[in-house]
Amino acid sequence: MSTNVQPHNGGGNPLYTANPDVVDMSNYLRAGHTLRSWLLTVDHKRIGLLYLISITFMFFLGGIFAGLIRLELMTPEGDLVSSSTYNKLFTMHGIVMVFFFLIPSIPAVLGNFLVPLMIGARDMAFPRLNLMSWYVYIIGAIFTMYAIVAGGVDTTWRFYTPYSTSFANTHVMMTALGIFIMGFSSILTGLNFVVTIHRMRAPGMTWFRMPLFLWAMYATSIIQILGTPVVGIAILLVGVERILGVGVFNPDLGGDPILFQHLFWFYSHPAVYIMILPGMGVVSEVITCFSRKQIFGYPFIAVSSLLIAFVGFFVWGHHMFVTGQSPYAGLIFSALSFLVAIPSAIKVFNWTATLYRGSVTFSTPMLYVFGFIGLFTIGGLTGLMLATLGIDMHVHDTYFVVAHFHYVMVGGMLLAYMAALHFWWPKMTGRMYPEGWGRLSALMVFMGFHLTFFPQFILGYLGMPRHYHTYPDEAGYQILHVLSTAGATVLGAGFLLPAIYFAWSFFYGKPAGDNPWLAKGLEWETTSPPPVFNFEKTPIVTEPAYNYSVHGDEVSEGSHVVAP
Amino acid sequence: MNEAFQMFPTQASTMASRVDNLMLYLLAVTVFFSVAIAVVLIVFAVKYRKKSDSDVTPAIHGSTLLEITWTVIPLGLVTVMFFWGANVYFDQMYAPANSMEVFVTGKQWMWKFQHPNGKREINELHVPEGRPVKLIMASEDVIHDFFVPAFRVKMDVMPGKYNTTWFHATKTGEYHLFCNQYCGEDHSRMVGKIIVMKPEDYEVWLAGGTRNESPAATGERLFTQWACNTCHEGGRDARGPILAGVPGRNVILTGGVVVVADDTYLRDSILNPAARVVDGYQPIMPTFKGLLSEDQVMSLIAYIKTLDDTGADTGTKATTGAAAGFTAAPPPSPVDGVTSVSAVAGDTTTTAPTISTNPTDAGTTAQAETTP
Repeated sequence: MSTNVQPHNGGGNPLYTANPDVVDMSNYLRAGHTLRSWLLTVDHKRIGLLYLISITFMFFLGGIFAGLIRLELMTPEGDLVSSSTYNKLFTMHGIVMVFFFLIPSIPAVLGNFLVPLMIGARDMAFPRLNLMSWYVYIIGAIFTMYAIVAGGVDTTWRFYTPYSTSFANTHVMMTALGIFIMGFSSILTGLNFVVTIHRMRAPGMTWFRMPLFLWAMYATSIIQILGTPVVGIAILLVGVERILGVGVFNPDLGGDPILFQHLFWFYSHPAVYIMILPGMGVVSEVITCFSRKQIFGYPFIAVSSLLIAFVGFFVWGHHMFVTGQSPYAGLIFSALSFLVAIPSAIKVFNWTATLYRGSVTFSTPMLYVFGFIGLFTIGGLTGLMLATLGIDMHVHDTYFVVAHFHYVMVGGMLLAYMAALHFWWPKMTGRMYPEGWGRLSALMVFMGFHLTFFPQFILGYLGMPRHYHTYPDEAGYQILHVLSTAGATVLGAGFLLPAIYFAWSFFYGKPAGDNPWLAKGLEWETTSPPPVFNFEKTPIVTEPAYNYSVHGDEVSEGSHVVAP
Repeated sequence: MNEAFQMFPTQASTMASRVDNLMLYLLAVTVFFSVAIAVVLIVFAVKYRKKSDSDVTPAIHGSTLLEITWTVIPLGLVTVMFFWGANVYFDQMYAPANSMEVFVTGKQWMWKFQHPNGKREINELHVPEGRPVKLIMASEDVIHDFFVPAFRVKMDVMPGKYNTTWFHATKTGEYHLFCNQYCGEDHSRMVGKIIVMKPEDYEVWLAGGTRNESPAATGERLFTQWACNTCHEGGRDARGPILAGVPGRNVILTGGVVVVADDTYLRDSILNPAARVVDGYQPIMPTFKGLLSEDQVMSLIAYIKTLDDTGADTGTKATTGAAAGFTAAPPPSPVDGVTSVSAVAGDTTTTAPTISTNPTDAGTTAQAETTP
């Protein structure tokens, strides 16, 4: 529980000690100064930073594509880019953001950094496998980058057949290969987390004393392990049909185009939970710390993560209500989709209740979490509309869907990622970010987000289809597109700001001390930045998670139930 | 159509107000919960904001009663959504039996339509107000999607199978038709117009312009031209199943599997005949893939549906009916699609049930045999 500031945080280049030949094992950033020491590191914290740099690059790349899309849509005519370029832009925006940013974001960056620290372990169960996962990710990214540079791909991120197998003449296979390879990174990372959480918890760290972030990471890992191979197979079959001409999906060759959609969504719907569950874990950490409260309904939040992961595997058919699948199949998938909404709702209610009689401060991570709850609630409730068979029939594949999943993915997941980065930045770097700028960015992102995506709900209900380069100008769509583009500008600036002040803070931020938030959790009990092996001696856990109430002696697990 | 600013698009079909009412219920639930959560969150955050560093917070672990409450109430609300939504959806999935049938073909990047009397259109579809219109749709290449926002109607148009949808227009006017499934470069230009007319105007429009032969007539011509009749006509020695009355019936396949001879089955049997062979027959039929366009296949099916199954063929086949794979379903099949097409092509199903009195009816044999 030491809170003293270590002398090495005092100033100068955070990566170097005064004498660069000295390897400082008490600070993982200074343990080795060469590029080689970073590229061959097996330290989970350094690997987390490698991911942070990689996915930040991908995020801004995907953001540039998004910006061009929004600019083009300001007018009904296609006047900025050609149709084929536009189709490539939204395809590459989707692929880069989903596969190379959202899926690895919280798990690979913060999960890598935090899981061993939170359970009191020296490292992951398989440190070398962990490094290999990053290399696999990079190799996958290189293939996809090559496809983009070589001319792009225009199949949408969903690669629907038979368009992707028999009609598209863009770089489908190169992109698909990149995603296929990246999938292994995801599987290996998930495997590593599961084993680490099972086998390496510190003495006293029982399952129900674990921070909820770990429950979320555990549920996420299960989905990564079970779901990713299926999308791998789907992509492989696209290759088999496209290159070898074996009929799998194209009816002209004896295949079934719907089969692809089943395989694709069997992974890609649970993948949505890969993206959102870690975000939910972050919210539980942040909201307890900044309200100084025990989490409300710990077991319900923990188990709801597992329920979401489980039921999430059986809802994929709701992407196919209008493909002509049996209406009875639609019935089942609709019912299950409603069911998966309930555990999400339980989480939101419990987070809200956590604030009751707390001591709330409005730091940047907390502001981002408030944003998360607001946007995720709207994203979730509009998801109910899409699960309703009679409404989906009208809004399916319109801008309504685009707005819905951006509310969940950007409004939910990305805001949680931002909250997490701000919350653990002092631990990762030993330095504080500028709080005022942080709050400004949270506000800009929240406002910009609403302005960008709320008009798209209306656009969608008015019938504007997705993936449209041009649209009829008498349909009343343009004003909504202009609003959306204006919002995207604010949103973009809101994301650029943290990129700048984080980079500044890494070198010049004021030293944070070991526990600037006075937060609970094992990661805050070691120094900032942590030593190479995390803890000087293995911590022993004696209390439940989030034991924030001052009268700690009143807390006895589970027995002290007070209804608000 | 564009009156200043609107939240809901024009309601121009019987389905539109039903979808909108359902939407209003969900909107009410959404607004209620969004506002409630936001208000509680803000009230708590402000009321319980930090007062001093020595703030003491109580250790509240939770409340099982509250957990049950906020599980059960949402569960009740979504149950209503589920049943209401399913009700609307199921009505949209099955067209009324008295629908007028229009063939729709999607291809990169255009829509082709054919009316029951044979009149063809591209990217425009004229329909009468006040009458259900059923669309039988197929794609010649990739997946497209037929979407008319004003009707709240949407259905994918697939290659390799028929999807159907329907609408009952209630308001004259011109409405956008969008391809709603990404289909390649000019996806956003695969748009068209649905023109809803007064029924009398529609009749005038239908009679005008160039007349094409009806789909059934085209089908009859193709049936002879491709020599389908050499195997699918004749008595009990015919090498292929006699097709009269088959559409909509149960068919027993080699191996004992029973399928309904719907449009997609008939299409498959023309393009990929060896896949699902009727029990009692040899897989000797050649494929017509590449030889027939989607339009032509649709015409052949329309023709097959007009064949008279009340006479000679059922007579000859009735004895061997079970062995030959056709179950004895009642001839005027209740499955949609059969009645209206035959009505268009000139009703031939009014003859007596046991004896064919119409030897000239193409596709059935002239053998006037009584049933045992």
